[in-house]
Amino acid sequence: MRGAAGRGIVPLLIPALIFLVLLFLYPFAYGLFLSFTSAKGQFTFGNYLRFFSDARDFRTILVTLQISVPVTLFNVALAVPFAYYMRRGIKGERIITFFLIVPITLGTVLISEGMLTFMGPAGWFNQLLMALHIVKDPFQFTHNYLGVVISLALQGFPYAFLMLLGYVSGINPDLEKASQMLGANKWQTFWKILFPLMVPGIAIAFSLNFVMAFSVFPSAVLLGQPSGPTRVIAIAAYQWAFEKFNFNAASAISMVMAAIELIVISVVLVWRNRMYKGATMVGKG
Amino acid sequence: MKDFKKISVRNMTKRFGEKIAVNDFSLEFGKGEFVTFLGPSGCGKSTALNCITGLIPITGGEIWIDDECIDDSKNKVSPEKREFGMVFQNYALFPHLSVRENVAFGLKLRHIRHAEIAQRVEAALKLVHLDGYGSKFPSQMSGGEQQRVAIARCIVLEPRLLLLDEPLSNLDAKLRVELRYELKALHERLKVTTIYVTHDQTEALALSDRIVVLRLGRIQQVGTPSEVFSDPSNLFVADFMGFKNMWTAKVESLSAKGERLEATLDAQGLKLVASLAWPEGDSRRAVIEEAHRTGQPMRTAVRPEDISLAPRGSHNSFECAASIVEYQGQASQVSATVTATAGPGLEALRVDLRSGTLISEGEVFSASIPPEKLLLFPATESAAEASRWTP
Amino acid sequence: MSVKFKPSRILFVASIVFYVFIVLGILLTVVLNSLSKGWFSGVLPPYLTTEWYAYAANDHDIPSLLGVTFTVVIADVLISLLIAFPAAYVLARHEFKGKALLLSAFLLPMIVPPMTYGLPLAMLAYKVHIAARVIGVVIVNLVPIVPFMVLVLLPFIEQVGTNLESAAKMLGANRWTIFRRVLVPLTVPGILTASILSLVKAISMFDLTYLVAGGNSQTIVVALYADAYAAGARPPQAVDALAVLYFLIAMTCLIIALKFVSPTQMVFKLK
Ligand SMILES: Nc1ncnc2c1ncn2[C@@H]1O[C@H](COP(=O)(O)OP(=O)(O)OP(=O)(O)O)[C@@H](O)[C@H]1O
Ligand SMILES: [Mg+2]
Repeated sequence: MRGAAGRGIVPLLIPALIFLVLLFLYPFAYGLFLSFTSAKGQFTFGNYLRFFSDARDFRTILVTLQISVPVTLFNVALAVPFAYYMRRGIKGERIITFFLIVPITLGTVLISEGMLTFMGPAGWFNQLLMALHIVKDPFQFTHNYLGVVISLALQGFPYAFLMLLGYVSGINPDLEKASQMLGANKWQTFWKILFPLMVPGIAIAFSLNFVMAFSVFPSAVLLGQPSGPTRVIAIAAYQWAFEKFNFNAASAISMVMAAIELIVISVVLVWRNRMYKGATMVGKG
Repeated sequence: MKDFKKISVRNMTKRFGEKIAVNDFSLEFGKGEFVTFLGPSGCGKSTALNCITGLIPITGGEIWIDDECIDDSKNKVSPEKREFGMVFQNYALFPHLSVRENVAFGLKLRHIRHAEIAQRVEAALKLVHLDGYGSKFPSQMSGGEQQRVAIARCIVLEPRLLLLDEPLSNLDAKLRVELRYELKALHERLKVTTIYVTHDQTEALALSDRIVVLRLGRIQQVGTPSEVFSDPSNLFVADFMGFKNMWTAKVESLSAKGERLEATLDAQGLKLVASLAWPEGDSRRAVIEEAHRTGQPMRTAVRPEDISLAPRGSHNSFECAASIVEYQGQASQVSATVTATAGPGLEALRVDLRSGTLISEGEVFSASIPPEKLLLFPATESAAEASRWTP
Repeated sequence: MSVKFKPSRILFVASIVFYVFIVLGILLTVVLNSLSKGWFSGVLPPYLTTEWYAYAANDHDIPSLLGVTFTVVIADVLISLLIAFPAAYVLARHEFKGKALLLSAFLLPMIVPPMTYGLPLAMLAYKVHIAARVIGVVIVNLVPIVPFMVLVLLPFIEQVGTNLESAAKMLGANRWTIFRRVLVPLTVPGILTASILSLVKAISMFDLTYLVAGGNSQTIVVALYADAYAAGARPPQAVDALAVLYFLIAMTCLIIALKFVSPTQMVFKLK
């Protein structure tokens, strides 16, 4: 069906198209071009070959996946029951959601600085753990893998939670009631009705959270061991660009990043389509 | 399935904070009965339904099935264990499941053998004339088809009580009549005890064994369709059943002549002389006698179709000027003002009548009001309260 | 009403308490640290001082930082609105071939890592001499904000039925008048929501800004990150002082945002 407003409005798209081409597609294509070009300007696969054959650089893929996949799974897996629990509103909902989104405003640096002190050997958190006799000596939470993971969880969870909360509360509450009337208990209703209906939301929340975690950079530097165990792929790209000023190599690494993200997102979308076969929404009749 | 003789709801109350959505609701449902909850939007019909299913907790009262208490407002049998079935206003079909999977949903939960599930699902779909639709998804179906899937999904479990919350309200007029007929036929065949919620008077009259009229969470009247239709227990029910011409009337004189009452009424300036065949013990007789004794005004109501055109000067007839005429096919709905009563500063008395002859707007004619068709109610139902729902 | 101690409830409350403890703990240590001296051990710092704020003010040109930050953020929101609103309008009202493709093209900048286009974009910015200038920072930051704006605005415009526009047309209004007098006023809630959400997003935008900012075109995030990255060059308390300043700005924006939108709208709209 043709839109009600007719063809005449199509020119309104022009500014956005110019924007898209000039500021995104062109730089992206230029980056792609750079990645296939040698320093002398000749076509080459060298940048990619170098990345995949350099053990130290190639390892960053694994390191980044080891950080981002568990964090994303953790965030989403935690956000699902939270969103489910709060789907019909609960007492103190406003204040709880407020606290849940505070980390968005803290910023990476504040979270890192705060974690270094709060979770540091002399920090409140370790003092509490020792007072409760959960640990004997201060536990090492920072300057390691765990530090990066905790920081990413704190930053990513609010997004995953809010997205899923918005999604779950949009599911017609009568579906839950109907399932209950047909004899399903809460658990069965969740797994047979709500969860399948949440799958599209989970897929998007997972994808966006993964993208955020996979391109992690500041947290890995400030809270991890950027020279070794948490040398993530973004650090590699950054070092080639701004320490060795080899933009061709850096572009190739960025493209590898993009490719991995797109692959993971595609896998998630395939999973989504498997889980959610039904047509999009129930018609009102 | 456990069989039963009756379900009784006793003094059921539901509060939402300050608001009382269902107030002291008591009713018994006999097996196989078709009971309709009728009332305007917001009167608590859906809430009452949800309370009976156990989907929302009740604030007070009890629900019994024969001599088993399933809800005493503190402890309740959870909805999935009550073996009730419900069709939601928007059908609430599971969008990610096919029609067949929707209908099989409850059976699968009961761990029934695959072969039997398949066979019962097909039978249920056949019953609602949807054989062959099994692999479609809800979003690919029309409203009427979705409704039938919802019904099939319930009846395949052979519920003890079937609850339908305005299942026809989303449909167009023609489909509504057709599906109403099918619902009735289905009930005749299955004889499953049914509670039906609607705000449509015609639907309620056509389908029900008994009608329960609700207002602001309270039961106003319970009765067979013809009882509720012709003998409404108060002005509110009368209004809902199509009575118009709600006037304030005073009894000017009243005398008994054997079984008959000779009365003169003054309805906002309109003088009606009546000879009423209301025997001793008739509630209307009590009302008119009480009004005469105290001198208090009463409220009257009469159906538009009971007011007829009459030759000028005939008994209880009045000259009217038609103001609005709505042609409705077989008859016209006429709003007219009684010209004689329209004094300066006095509100003119409006008469709503239905007429087979064509009357044009502005035309002056004579209408006769049969006093024995008047419903009389004590004036305690104050005008202020009445104005909340009179149009 | 009696409070029921269901396991799910206990679990929920416990996790919320734990979460709030961590978040507040982090926030409070930073705030306290920025106000303290010689806090190496013990539950609380020995004494408080505001000297680190003075240090940070000395170290950075704070008015310039704030000025640049707000200029960039507000300019970005306004420009994105001008680009995104017409586009969202067409996407909401008109069916055409390749619409799905265009929508995915708009999604892409939000999915691919900023490095992929940010690096070449920065190089281009240097070539055309807008890098290290406020205008360069503004332009670069448009990339993630415009698509975000389109996606937030889309459902709001779809909500305004076409029949209002038809009605205006019947009354003889031309297209521009309809746009200005009917559509824009009716979508004010959507415009507000999209603007505020973009504002919150823009304040925290680090990666792209970092690639092109320099000298007098630094925003507060970039200055903050540069300080933190060059740890050792400054006392950590001074970094914390700047971090607290950043937090206060972001928090103010968030609180204003919450006045207009529900928390679930703060993130990318799912439907
Ligand atoms: N969860 C709730 N919280 C507060 N008030 C409610 C709630 N549910 C219903 N109510 C109120 O209770 C009253 C009865 O609502 P109910 O849904 O039962 O009406 P209804 O008769 O079904 O109306 P309709 O014909 O419009 O469906 C209404 O005034 C409604 O506002
Ligand atoms: Mg209702």
